[in-house]
Amino acid sequence: MVRADFDRSLEELQAELVELGEIVEKAINKSMDALESRDLTMAYEVVAEDDVIDEKRFELEEKCINLIATQQPLAIDLRTLLTVLHIAVELERMGDYAEGIGKICMIIGDDVPMELPKQLPLMAKAGVIMLQGSLKSLVDRDTDLANNVWDSDDEVDELYDGVCRQIFLDMGEHPKTIEASTHFLWVAHDLERIADRATNIAERVIFMVTGRTGRYETTQEGKKSSD
Amino acid sequence: MLDQDPILQTRGLSVYYDTKKVVTDVNLDVARNRITSIIGPSGCGKSTLLRCFNRMNDLIPSARVEGQVMFDGLDLYGHDVDPTEIRYLIGMVFQRPNPFPKSIYDNVAFGPRINGFKGDMDELVERSLVRAAIWDEVKDRLNTSALALSGGQQQRLCIARALAVEPRVILMDEPCSALDPIATLAIEELMRELSEDYSIIIVTHNMQQAARVSHYTAFLMVEEARVGFMVEFGESRQIFTNPEDERTEAYITGRFG
Amino acid sequence: MSVISQSDFQRKRARRKWMGRAFYGLCLLSVAIALGMLAVLLVYLFIQGITGISWSFLTSFASRHPDQAGIKAAILGSIYVVMVAGVTSFVLGVATALYLEEYAARSKFARIAKINIANLAGVPSIVYGILGLQIFVHSMHLGKSVLAGGFTLGLLVLPIVIVASGEAVRAVPPSLREAAYGLGATRWQVIWHMVIPQAFPGILTGVILAVSRAIGETAPLIAMGALTFVPFTPDSPLSRFTVLPIQIFNWTSRPQEGFQEAAAAGIIVLLVILLVMNAGAVILRNKFQNKSGG
Repeated sequence: MVRADFDRSLEELQAELVELGEIVEKAINKSMDALESRDLTMAYEVVAEDDVIDEKRFELEEKCINLIATQQPLAIDLRTLLTVLHIAVELERMGDYAEGIGKICMIIGDDVPMELPKQLPLMAKAGVIMLQGSLKSLVDRDTDLANNVWDSDDEVDELYDGVCRQIFLDMGEHPKTIEASTHFLWVAHDLERIADRATNIAERVIFMVTGRTGRYETTQEGKKSSD
Repeated sequence: MLDQDPILQTRGLSVYYDTKKVVTDVNLDVARNRITSIIGPSGCGKSTLLRCFNRMNDLIPSARVEGQVMFDGLDLYGHDVDPTEIRYLIGMVFQRPNPFPKSIYDNVAFGPRINGFKGDMDELVERSLVRAAIWDEVKDRLNTSALALSGGQQQRLCIARALAVEPRVILMDEPCSALDPIATLAIEELMRELSEDYSIIIVTHNMQQAARVSHYTAFLMVEEARVGFMVEFGESRQIFTNPEDERTEAYITGRFG
Repeated sequence: MSVISQSDFQRKRARRKWMGRAFYGLCLLSVAIALGMLAVLLVYLFIQGITGISWSFLTSFASRHPDQAGIKAAILGSIYVVMVAGVTSFVLGVATALYLEEYAARSKFARIAKINIANLAGVPSIVYGILGLQIFVHSMHLGKSVLAGGFTLGLLVLPIVIVASGEAVRAVPPSLREAAYGLGATRWQVIWHMVIPQAFPGILTGVILAVSRAIGETAPLIAMGALTFVPFTPDSPLSRFTVLPIQIFNWTSRPQEGFQEAAAAGIIVLLVILLVMNAGAVILRNKFQNKSGG
């Protein structure tokens, strides 16, 4: 290998990205745990720990920019660096959603006016699996896995539609729970966005490996675009 | 391969030095009023390929060319073609700036003179120098020696000299390899401007340069069994972001061999 | 210091230094010998000959009387013969060199021809005299004339001119030829506009060397039948003639003390002519170099 040093830097970058992904995954899980168990301390920790995620994202960005400036990457190298940049942003945004859930948790407090809709933990679980899958597809350069992640987004969307219908129903039946229900609506929204971001990561992995944007047909592009 | 009628086309082009094959079966289309770069590792025959387009290889007694090079429908290696006549239609700029040891004016006027130009020489010299973006720097010292110019200026003078015989194609053989980065950028800028009126083929070792200036890129390679064969040809933006062949990918990302 | 003394590379250091100084001394000694001999020769000649140089010596013809003898005919003869030789060797030599380097380069014929030309330079000069006698004097009916002498010397120095010109032509940068060819120049245009102007200083150097050799040659001209006693100036290319070296040779073989002095004076004149010609050619060459080199 003529560019061993550059290759080592790329590997380190990918490892750090995966590490960031794991931190984000933990934050999502923790925020949902806090919500389920109404643990305000835990919720506060999630909010506080988001700063670590933000910092790591900027660190990764800086490393990418340095490599672009000093190594003049082309072809796969160029796509890899752009992908890392992009994914770092996606992960940071996912962290923000976990932080959002933590904040909602703190607003709701430990006073329990209603049960947590059962679809929310399911959505969270699906989102985390998608996140894991998307990062694994990055490490393994596995476009099939990336496509699977992409497909899973539809399931999360279905769950989201279901939970929204249910919450609206609850609001109608029990007007006293409207405030809490609105908060749960936000949580559902955050979880849906998390899954969208995981889909974006999968999309970037496909770009990185094949050099083409979009899956195979670009019709889903509008649906996948971020907020 | 192109979305237009190419100005130059090679079909089954092979070049031998004595019995050694140095270019193998190249089919390349060169786009009109575009810049086509030829990249590849040392010894891949890219300079030899370039020199087929103006028959400079004829000057090497042991060189032999097989196949066709079509220039707007004319077979450059046809029996009735005089190589000296195609060399001013297809001009050339070389690796090292090689101005003649004459005045700036005489350098530019040399080509027109030997080709029997009868018009207004002063006007032609000025036009060529303006076109090569060096007029402002030399207009007050046209009669001083060209060798007193800096390397980058000399190379632009060489471009002006080539333009003075009103070519349609300009071949450039690593035109910036002897220049500093700023002079290099000036030449690249000039190439982009010239590509509005001329078709340019550039051989370069500098992949960034090929990526920066050229519209199309051809990648030539050398393997144990074959020398100087074309691996991939395409639009530069595709070659440099997402090449199809993994050998191209390995080469342009610097992971060759 | 301790680092250096521990190193394995210090052995024989004194010896190497001594070798260096010894070689330098040897070179210096060689220069001293060469220059010393020349100085002795010049001083000896000068002392012996300077008194012999006078206006009448330069403007008189040869005579049986040492005090009346002059070298007018020999000076003019030398100049005429050398001019003919210079022009002949220049024209033939440059054309031959261009053919061998530009037209027939790399051919088997050119290789064989070049080897033979190099060998010709080693042929004894008297052989050229015999050749000149046969071809120019007899076959071409030029007589034992200035023209025949000039042609003979021209042939003698031709290899020098060919070799020097060939080298000068080879030294013209290929990049200049390529540039000219690239603009649509024909081979003739490349040779005429690029190769000859660029090679000219080198060619001129070869011609200077050649002429310097020609002016000192005696044997071939004697063999060819040049006169030793010429009481007239050569007035046409077909006149008979003598040259300085022959005149000097003739004087040195006479017993009279006065002729020895005349011979020394003649040598001084010959050296001065040689010096003037060389200087002139060097100035000419530099002028060309500046013109083409900018």
